[in-house]
Amino acid sequence: MAISERWATLTRERLLWMYDRMTLIREFEERLRQLVDAGMPVGAAHYYVGEEAVAVGVCAALEPMDWIASTHRGHGHCIAKGVDVRPMMAELFGKVTGSNRGKGGSMHITDVRVGMLGVNPILGMGTTHAVGAALSAKVRRTGQVAAAFFGDGASNIGAVHEAMNLAAIWKLPVVFVCENNGYAQSTPVEYAVAVQDIADRAAGYAMPGVVVDGQDVFAVWEATDAAVRRARAGTGPSLIECKTYRYYGHYHGDDPRRYRTAEEEEVARARDCIRRFREGALTRGLLGADDLDAIDARNRALLDEAIAFAEVSPLPDPAELCTDVYVTEPSE
Amino acid sequence: MTTAVRELTFSQAINEAIRQEMRRDPTIVIMGEDIAGGAGRAHLGFVDAWGGPLRVTRGLITEFGPERVLDTPIAEMGFVGAAVGAAMTGLRPIVEVLFVDLIGCCYDQIINQAAKMHYMMGGQLDLPLVIRIPYGARGATGQTYGGGAAAQHSQTLYSVLAHVPGLKVVAPTTAYNAKGLTMAAIRDDGPVVVMENKFLGLAAKGPVPEEPYTIPIGRAEVVRRGRDVTLCGIGRMTHVCLEAAALLAGEGTSAEVVDVLTLAPLDEATILESVARTKRLVVVDEDTPTASMARDIAARVADQGFDFLDAPVKTVTAPETPVPFAAVLEAHYVPRAANVVAAVHTLLGTGG
Repeated sequence: MAISERWATLTRERLLWMYDRMTLIREFEERLRQLVDAGMPVGAAHYYVGEEAVAVGVCAALEPMDWIASTHRGHGHCIAKGVDVRPMMAELFGKVTGSNRGKGGSMHITDVRVGMLGVNPILGMGTTHAVGAALSAKVRRTGQVAAAFFGDGASNIGAVHEAMNLAAIWKLPVVFVCENNGYAQSTPVEYAVAVQDIADRAAGYAMPGVVVDGQDVFAVWEATDAAVRRARAGTGPSLIECKTYRYYGHYHGDDPRRYRTAEEEEVARARDCIRRFREGALTRGLLGADDLDAIDARNRALLDEAIAFAEVSPLPDPAELCTDVYVTEPSE
Repeated sequence: MTTAVRELTFSQAINEAIRQEMRRDPTIVIMGEDIAGGAGRAHLGFVDAWGGPLRVTRGLITEFGPERVLDTPIAEMGFVGAAVGAAMTGLRPIVEVLFVDLIGCCYDQIINQAAKMHYMMGGQLDLPLVIRIPYGARGATGQTYGGGAAAQHSQTLYSVLAHVPGLKVVAPTTAYNAKGLTMAAIRDDGPVVVMENKFLGLAAKGPVPEEPYTIPIGRAEVVRRGRDVTLCGIGRMTHVCLEAAALLAGEGTSAEVVDVLTLAPLDEATILESVARTKRLVVVDEDTPTASMARDIAARVADQGFDFLDAPVKTVTAPETPVPFAAVLEAHYVPRAANVVAAVHTLLGTGG
């Protein structure tokens, strides 16, 4: 199945950026999987493999100054927004050079300098933080937009609905992005969600809700671009539901074969976002195989470097245990 | 020449702290349920109808407008979360939770998000957030029939906030320190919970300087000097301790009263220093006893000040029950001066 015909609306640089980010996410996750398989204890790791087009399509429509709030499955969001993979990997290794100085791990990777407000494993809470960031943008008149990622599972938690209502009544510049990968851990979406399309829930908050093919980076980008324009114009929030699929289990160690079939996985993998992008670009002669191979090689090297950086980086000093508990230390 | 110092209520003092800070810093916003009241009905003449349960925020919307004074829907998880997100991105939000009984609806935002954000992100982010929370039961009112606000609108519950590393929790006791601690909370670059006793809010009145001032977070205050016993009070219970100290003075017992003021991080030094002089300690807390501030303070003094003590540490707390509705029951729920005096008698082996 081909992806949508929107190639002409993007520059060659933008196309290369999309391919670069999607493949860097996949390289990061696959290399991390190898490390964990080899015994590297990285705590809970929720791989984003299969869903790359969502994070990259959304972030392609954002400016560097814009904010994103993430989920527990956040490595892809980080990389798409521009977080350096070296401190990300070092964080997973528990090193002091990590993005969070070794105090957060996979489920808390944050880099506010690039607008990444944090991987957040208490599901749905990130959407409320995006609303706050959007409120901040509105009060300070900065023109920033906040994108809030959440999953099909989190679409059922009250926080998401409270966030949507707040954003709607205050007409805040928020883009709600539902990554519907079909499963909340092992619970299928058709069991846990009363509506066919989560996008329908937008009607309850008087905002546009659209369903897009989450395996098509252009479809995600185009829907986000429209939502971002609306947000920046002061018209309020939007909801985009991206139908996507995670190739692996909920976390490293989860065997998805206990709750989904091999056939289903094969069908999903046949619509792989990276392969479809690559084939489409080559077929149309927009990008050359050498362009894309060079990106692949560069990202492999970047991961070699990130892993080496993580390996040689120092561990936190035990004294770090008690630092940064308070933002301002209590008076003596 | 001295000018007469104005008297303000506890609530008015907090209002003044917020108002002066909002004038100083345009990034301060305030949000909560009905903190103005009548939002969206200005065209019908309804502006500032409510001002929150203690009327603390009355008048703010007329000065600062609806963009900085935000009435919220009934959605504590949502708007406390929005305040967290705003604090992460350049605002200094003050959020009001109607009553402490409602923190269950936003507990994650307080304990998992606000409290831990700075630490788990490796210190890369400040979180200048103030969470104001009214609390408390009525106690003895003289009412012989009917009742109060009952089990879900009368609790104290600060111990479950003080428990969480990263949160500062203060409990002002007078109009004067309410203004100073609120201002300190607003100027703090991290999350601070201000516990506002409902009954002090409307009843406590005292001199409050007009100029802005802060009272340092993390310091207890000796509010009455004494020799024979230290009475350590939290929030409204500081007034109960002072009442008890006056009764004890009539019996010839000299009680010192320490107002805890900051529950987290606790000022152990001031409490220990007092106990070192008086050799005896009674901690008075209107919270229920298990895992309470009262027992925490008692444990710390036992741990670090055992050699000072001439008698066991006593705690006077609410009973291990929910807050009852009936006035005649609620009268016995909140500790009274007589309970404190009785505890002191036990320690001294006197009276009663």
